[in-house]
Amino acid sequence: MGDHSRQLIKDLEEKTRLFRREILEMTFKAGSGHPGGSLSAIDIITVLYYHQMRVDPANPQWADRDRFILSKGHVCPALYAVLAEVGFFPKEALWTLRRPGSILQGHPDMRLTPGVEMSTGSLGQGLSVACGMALAARIDEKDYTVYCMLGDGEVQEGNVWAGAMFAAHERLDNLIAILDRNQLQIEGFTEDVMALDPLADKWKAFGWDVLALEDGNDVSQVLTVLDKAVECQGKPKIIIANTIKGKGVSFMENRVEYHGRALSPDEMKRARQELEIPGFKVG
Amino acid sequence: MSKTKAKAAARDAYGRTLVELGRKYRDIVVLGADLSSSTRINWFAEEFPERFFECGISEENLITVAAGLAACGKTPFASTFAVFETERAYNQIRQAIAYPNLNVRLVCTHSGVTVGPDGASHQTTFDIAIMRVLPNMTIIVPADAPETTAAVKAMVEHDGPIYMRLGRTSVRTFYDDDYSYNGVKQRFEIGKSVELRRGSDVAIICNGVMVAEAMDAAEILYSEGIDARVINMHTVKPIDEEAIIKAAVETGAIVTAEEHSIIGGLGGAVAEVLARKYPVPVEMVGVQDMFTESGEADELLKLYGLTSNEIASAARRAVERR
Repeated sequence: MGDHSRQLIKDLEEKTRLFRREILEMTFKAGSGHPGGSLSAIDIITVLYYHQMRVDPANPQWADRDRFILSKGHVCPALYAVLAEVGFFPKEALWTLRRPGSILQGHPDMRLTPGVEMSTGSLGQGLSVACGMALAARIDEKDYTVYCMLGDGEVQEGNVWAGAMFAAHERLDNLIAILDRNQLQIEGFTEDVMALDPLADKWKAFGWDVLALEDGNDVSQVLTVLDKAVECQGKPKIIIANTIKGKGVSFMENRVEYHGRALSPDEMKRARQELEIPGFKVG
Repeated sequence: MSKTKAKAAARDAYGRTLVELGRKYRDIVVLGADLSSSTRINWFAEEFPERFFECGISEENLITVAAGLAACGKTPFASTFAVFETERAYNQIRQAIAYPNLNVRLVCTHSGVTVGPDGASHQTTFDIAIMRVLPNMTIIVPADAPETTAAVKAMVEHDGPIYMRLGRTSVRTFYDDDYSYNGVKQRFEIGKSVELRRGSDVAIICNGVMVAEAMDAAEILYSEGIDARVINMHTVKPIDEEAIIKAAVETGAIVTAEEHSIIGGLGGAVAEVLARKYPVPVEMVGVQDMFTESGEADELLKLYGLTSNEIASAARRAVERR
């Protein structure tokens, strides 16, 4: 653990700006998708792939790689943007999102998309899948880490808590879950739809090490909390990351209506002004 | 009548074979959901504790943990009661196993009505119907303990998910212990049915506990001058279309017999093939569209018409309609 260089933070921030633009452009071109949650999750996914995880885009099936399970599969535009930029597949694929024949399905498909570790999209399943992968590492005496991103609304699924119990019972300390706490689900604020708080207490009671991330959209804080998470031993770990749904586009922030729809042409125009990137091109 | 043989439980054969395979194949891991002794996977757990995982009373967890292990190159066998594994974790099976085509073996015991006195909550006559519609899924229903042993061994070489359905009770063993029949050693091939009895008037296509009943029915029919073919369709998916069509062409009348609902199971699968390829009269022996009730296995088989007499009646009807 240590301070991360300003250059690293600046580089990561530049990447996340590009990814935000790509998330909006690819869902706009597709005419559908989930941009709101993609924007809340993108900073964490960026740090994972650019700094934290041991992966090799030239060898996606490398046995010793770290694994990332996107349990909240609907925000796959964020994952796709990162995987393409890192080099798992050509960037042109982004502009085929959700189209027939595309390698980029509306929700992640591990058989079609290089770099995708598990087919998700039906909520609540990724954590137990990640447990299975963490067990496989133990059996094979490998030292890879399994990361799993959950949505906050997603933890209303019982499967999540069955997995949480299992991970603690098996003392899976090679498992790091990250909860994207953006406070919103399709029907509104999580606390109105089905209250989740006190979230940290719940995970603690289930036997997990809980790490708070005050601002999950600040790459510098994300870097620091991940360093800390890796150090904890003997228990599975969860980072509860406060994030902002729609982060980075003023009119989208904290607005539930951008959970599951693409921007309109007018909105896209405004978003492009806010996320201007010299020389950016679609296609 | 078929000669009477010792009763043996398919789940015992499963548990024993799993231990044997575990010694040979290091990638086999086994997962349970608090029913490990009932499903006999506890025998594997005793010998290979480091490759056995208790997932608690959560079939959702059982299936998704298995998916994660399979995605890392393991061959997980996930076992609990059929009703819970297939129905409580159906979306997990669909999303995390069938869709990504992972090598998970869903071997379930206590299927059908022969689970007995526990009643409708624990019986399932729907499992094949819901599993059959899943792309990539292979479905095996062995006739007895020796065939279970052969089937579990055959799974090792198979790529993709498999659902295997076993009963709870000891049923009349049809094959010899070494999987011979009439002195001939059988070879279990997934997707390839076995003609147990030649016949040209009607063909009885069956699996599971109904194989022995079908053979008895063939004897009854023979005494009446009806020469029935009996086909053990141990693999419901992919179904052996060739054998079904051949039987339809050569006999012109088909009976299906299974310990499952007449909706969507073996009968449905056979009827689908015939409707598309070679329509002939089909009669289905199975559980009607209903929830079943408590009782001893033998009583329930009679109550729901899963008997040699019912098969013989169905065969007569099919022949008449020809």
